[in-house]
Amino acid sequence: MSFDYEKYLRPGKLPHIWCPGCGHGIILKGLIRAIDKCRLAKNRTAIVSGIGCASRLPGYVDFNTVHTAHGRAAAFATGMKLADPELTVICVGGDGDGVAIGGNHFIHACRRNIDLTYIIMNNNIYGMTGGQFSPCTPTGAFASTTPYGNPDPVFDIARLAIGAGATFVARTTAYHALQIDKLITEGILHKGMAIIEVVDGCPTSYGRRNKFKSPSDMMTWLKDAAIPVEKTEGMSEKDLEGKIVTGILHRDETRPEYCEQYALLRERAQRKEG
Amino acid sequence: MAIPTIEINEKYCKGCGICVTFCPAKALALENFKAKAIKPEACVKCMQCELRCPDFAIRIS
Ligand SMILES: Cc1ncc(C[n+]2csc(CCOP(=O)(O)OP(=O)(O)O)c2C)c(N)n1
Ligand code: SF4
Ligand code: SF4
Ligand code: SF4
Repeated sequence: MSFDYEKYLRPGKLPHIWCPGCGHGIILKGLIRAIDKCRLAKNRTAIVSGIGCASRLPGYVDFNTVHTAHGRAAAFATGMKLADPELTVICVGGDGDGVAIGGNHFIHACRRNIDLTYIIMNNNIYGMTGGQFSPCTPTGAFASTTPYGNPDPVFDIARLAIGAGATFVARTTAYHALQIDKLITEGILHKGMAIIEVVDGCPTSYGRRNKFKSPSDMMTWLKDAAIPVEKTEGMSEKDLEGKIVTGILHRDETRPEYCEQYALLRERAQRKEG
Repeated sequence: MAIPTIEINEKYCKGCGICVTFCPAKALALENFKAKAIKPEACVKCMQCELRCPDFAIRIS
C-alpha cells in the first residue's frame, strides 16, 4: 500500500536540498512512517536537530521543530523534555553532529537515561562542509582531510551509547527501509534513552572519494555489509570486520528514567520546604 | 490483474537510479536523468522503489 507522506510534510518544501541518492531522504520517510505507527499527535511531538545535511530534516516535517546549534540537539532536547515530560522528543542528526562536536551531550543524555529517541544518520563523513573525516569514517577511507587514507580508529556509536548508559540501542541501514521505521517505532515506545543508528550513504562527499560510482553502489554496499545481530553468535571481531551488525543490540527496562527521577526529587524538595 | 500505475513526479525525481537498480521486475529505467516506467506490466507491486526513493518521487497504485 502506498503511504501518504504529505500529511506530515510542510507544504511547498519539496524537492528537498539533499543530493541525488543521499540516504537522508530514505530515513526521513522511515521516521514519518514510525510517527504514524505510534499515532503521535503533531502538536505533542518535537523534532530537534543540530547542524549538517542530516540536521536539515526538521525543516521538512510538520511538527514542533527546533534546528539548534552544531552538536547541541541532545542538550536542547534534554531541556525540552524536562520542561514538558509528556512531550515526545525526537533528535535527528549526522555522525559529525552527534558524536564529534556533540559527543559530550550525546554521552550525558545516554548517562541520564532521559526519555528521548535519537536517530543518528551515520554517513561516515561531514557531508555538508565538503567531506572532512568524522569519528565514524572507516580507518583507511578517504576524506577531503585524509587524502592518504584515514589513520584514526572508528567510533562504534552503538557501543558508545551502551557504555554511556542508553537503555535502547539499535542499528540498521538506509537500504533496510522497513527496518528503519520498525526500530524507530520501538525506540519511541521505549521509556528511556533510545539510540537508533542508521548507517547511511553520502554519495557526494564520501562515495565519490571511496570508489562508489553511484548512489546505487552505496546502497548495494549497505545491503551486503549488513548482518542481523541474531546471526552473529559465535563470530569473532575479525569475522565481523567491515560488517554492519543490525537489529536491536541492547535493551534494559530496569534503569530509572531521568524525568521520573527528577519528579520524585521535586516532590521530596517541596515536602521539605512546605 | 490490472497493470499497476507507476507515478513518477519529475519535479522531485533527481535521477539517482536507486529505484531502477533494485526493481526486481526491471520495470524502471533512467531517461534524461529521470526515472521512467518502461515496463509497468512487469511490475509486481513490491513497493521497493517507493520505499527507497529518497525524494518522494515515485508512487505505485
Ligand atoms: C560550531 C560549528 N562548527 C563547525 C560548523 C561547520 N559544520 C557545519 S555542518 C558540519 C558537519 C556535519 O556533518 P554531519 O553531522 O555528519 O552531517 P552530514 O552533513 O554528513 O549529514 C560542520 C563541521 C558549524 N556549523 N558550527
Ligand atoms: S553532501 Fe552528502 S550528506 Fe549532504 S546532501 Fe549531499 S549526499 Fe547528502
Ligand atoms: S513496485 Fe517493485 S516491481 Fe513495481 S516498479 Fe517498483 S520496484 Fe519495480
Ligand atoms: S529513486 Fe526516486 S529520485 Fe531516484 S531515480 Fe528513482 S524516482 Fe528518481
